[in-house]
Amino acid sequence: MRSSWFRPTRRSSAAAVAAVLTLTSLAACGTSSSDDDSGSGGGSKADISAPLDPKTKVTLTIDCMPPAAKAAELREWKEDVREFNKKYPNVTISGKSTPGQCEEPARFTAQLKAKSQPDVFYTYFTDLQQVLDNNGAADITAYVTPRTVPALDSIDGNVLGVLKKDGKLYGLPTSNYTMGLLINRKLFERAGLDPDKPPTTWEEVRTAAKKIAGLGNGISGYGEYSAGNTGGWHFTAAMYGLGADVVSADGKKAAFNDATGKQVAQQLHDMRWKDDSMGRTQLLKWGDLQKQIASDKLGMFLAAPDDITYMVQQLGAEYENFGMGPIPGGKTTLFGGNDYMIKKGSSPDKIKAAVAWLNFKTLTPGKGQFQWERTKADKLPVGLPQPNFFTGDTKAKDLASRTENATMPVENFKPFLDNPVPGKAEPPKAQEVYKVLDNVMSGVLTNRNADIDKLLATAEQQVNQVLANQ
Amino acid sequence: MSAPTVSKSSPAPARAPHQLPVRRGTLARAVQRNLSAHGFLIGAVLCFSFFSWYPMVREFLLAFQKNKDGRTTWAGWSNLSYVFDDPAFWQAWRNTLLFTGLALMLGFAVPFLVAVLLNEFRHGQGYLRMLVYLPVMLPPVASVLLFKYFYDPGYGLFNRILGIFGIPDQQWLQSTSTAMISVVIAATWMNMGGATLIYLAALQGIPGELYEAAELDGAGLWRKIWHVTIPQTRLILSLMFLMQIIATMQVFTEPFLLTNGAGPEGSTMTVVYLIYQYAFNFNNYGGAAALGLVLLVLLAGFSAVYVRLSRTRED
Repeated sequence: MRSSWFRPTRRSSAAAVAAVLTLTSLAACGTSSSDDDSGSGGGSKADISAPLDPKTKVTLTIDCMPPAAKAAELREWKEDVREFNKKYPNVTISGKSTPGQCEEPARFTAQLKAKSQPDVFYTYFTDLQQVLDNNGAADITAYVTPRTVPALDSIDGNVLGVLKKDGKLYGLPTSNYTMGLLINRKLFERAGLDPDKPPTTWEEVRTAAKKIAGLGNGISGYGEYSAGNTGGWHFTAAMYGLGADVVSADGKKAAFNDATGKQVAQQLHDMRWKDDSMGRTQLLKWGDLQKQIASDKLGMFLAAPDDITYMVQQLGAEYENFGMGPIPGGKTTLFGGNDYMIKKGSSPDKIKAAVAWLNFKTLTPGKGQFQWERTKADKLPVGLPQPNFFTGDTKAKDLASRTENATMPVENFKPFLDNPVPGKAEPPKAQEVYKVLDNVMSGVLTNRNADIDKLLATAEQQVNQVLANQ
Repeated sequence: MSAPTVSKSSPAPARAPHQLPVRRGTLARAVQRNLSAHGFLIGAVLCFSFFSWYPMVREFLLAFQKNKDGRTTWAGWSNLSYVFDDPAFWQAWRNTLLFTGLALMLGFAVPFLVAVLLNEFRHGQGYLRMLVYLPVMLPPVASVLLFKYFYDPGYGLFNRILGIFGIPDQQWLQSTSTAMISVVIAATWMNMGGATLIYLAALQGIPGELYEAAELDGAGLWRKIWHVTIPQTRLILSLMFLMQIIATMQVFTEPFLLTNGAGPEGSTMTVVYLIYQYAFNFNNYGGAAALGLVLLVLLAGFSAVYVRLSRTRED
């Protein structure tokens, strides 16, 4: 096990080795223009854009190995390591598993501060700035080429874009999501609504919510967050759906105190207080609505498809019971996802080995996480619309394989898949903006006499201050 | 603990075999004389240095540093000005002071009154003490979940009880006007056991003759409390008051868990919650440390003023 006591020495020696190797490689690049694959597919140490030489000896610590409790996923991980080692017998993969989420923000922040993250570490798309501020990730631009990641050109440019800063690439995606409208099909049917046609506008959402809430017995039609920054996150998603923004294009001013912002807030206020279709318990945060919909107490809420996995695997719900439609409004939708980064200071060989592993495990159609026949055989979910970061032919092939091996009714997600909405990244200073917007959400959902104009104006002033503090 | 004085006129104290003869005045000798005591002391000092004092120094430094693009730089007063510019700063302070005020009114008075009442019981005091202390033994999260259920506006126990008497449902934690007091009530319930036992111990230390004398003079219950109980327990009351201020101004768990963070329109967002937000949601450690420093300075100021005042009164 790594010990923090020895880290300074190890890090500085690693940095020295890296520096020497980088200089060597630069010198080699400078003197030779005839770097080639030599037909071996191995590449030399001097060429950082070449794949890893299979003879190279490297040990990699990698985040997010499935824990023992997830027996099937862990078995797949081990199978993948064995398969990978057939090509790279000298690369030792040392997986690190954590119970619960692969990344918990508090633990992640502490690891970054202590520089104790694994060699290949798991992050959310929104973490890039934080990682760079802590000098945590290696620039892998030169290492990621169509030679090392054959599917590179078919990865959605938007997805790769969020992993870049100043033109440099710092991570490789493992999954992505876009928000849509998650529905409980059982409640839709009971309320006389067509679960194959989820609402696509806010007017339709409101009408459907009223009908579902009319079932009584503590059932809510529509649910929203309003605490722990998730209220602001959903307010932003709703604004995106209507084609609006929460922060101006130059990232310097709040942009939600307008007719659209008022429409979003007013609609929620009316649904909560006039229609009584949103339940009485508010100040909910991530996890609360999932529990409600999994226990058939909630009809709809804004979500990403991976929420369904959580509800089935953690809360005992069934895939058949859920469906998804595009985000109401359908103009743009908030997107996010997860990726792996490589620890700054890693040697070029280590980076090459990491890229090789990530390519095999998470970026190759038909292999690793995209080996859907195996996922099906292991009785794990197949058929959810995401991850979905491939484009063109690669995407079509992957979707075909996914549909062929589906373990759930894929047609339930047809409205979502057939109406793709362009993704839009989160605003700058996202969490701080969300914190302020939580107040707008909690204001309209907990105060019958909420003054929406005042709530928006106050939030605008506060967000402007947050943005000015950048 | 001080070492016994050794003088020529008094017989030398018995020494442990491993101890060397002592010559007065040298530090080395003094250390040798109490080798094991110093060993323990060094252990404790090291532990405190590493786990308490070093983090405090680090926190102080952090308040004046910034992390940007992998470089730690000195930021001067900018973290502090960032914190003061944050619109949430004053709101968090208003909420914290409101919580402290309410918690002092309830959390200081209620346990004292309960202790006075308990002290009056002649029988079954042990049983009653256990009952009062029981909530403290519940893990805070369990207590909070319990109160969350009590307060729930949809299916909560409190609204059910109110309904029996025809009183309309209340919003409890869901309304800006009642959220904070609801948090204070829950916090008081969760924490009063410990304070009550301390007050009870102090009350039981009051000599019975004082009450007898007061009774002979015709004093009733309130006069006895005013003229005997309070003066006799003044020291412990003062200490508890100070500790209560320090503890309540650092409140985090109860509002965090009961209202999922900041509460309706931020009405239960406390200073410590804001520190948590800075550090773990915004990755702004400098801001978190700066706000922590503001809190520290304020609490230290409170303590100093209070200690000064209480000394003057004693003089």
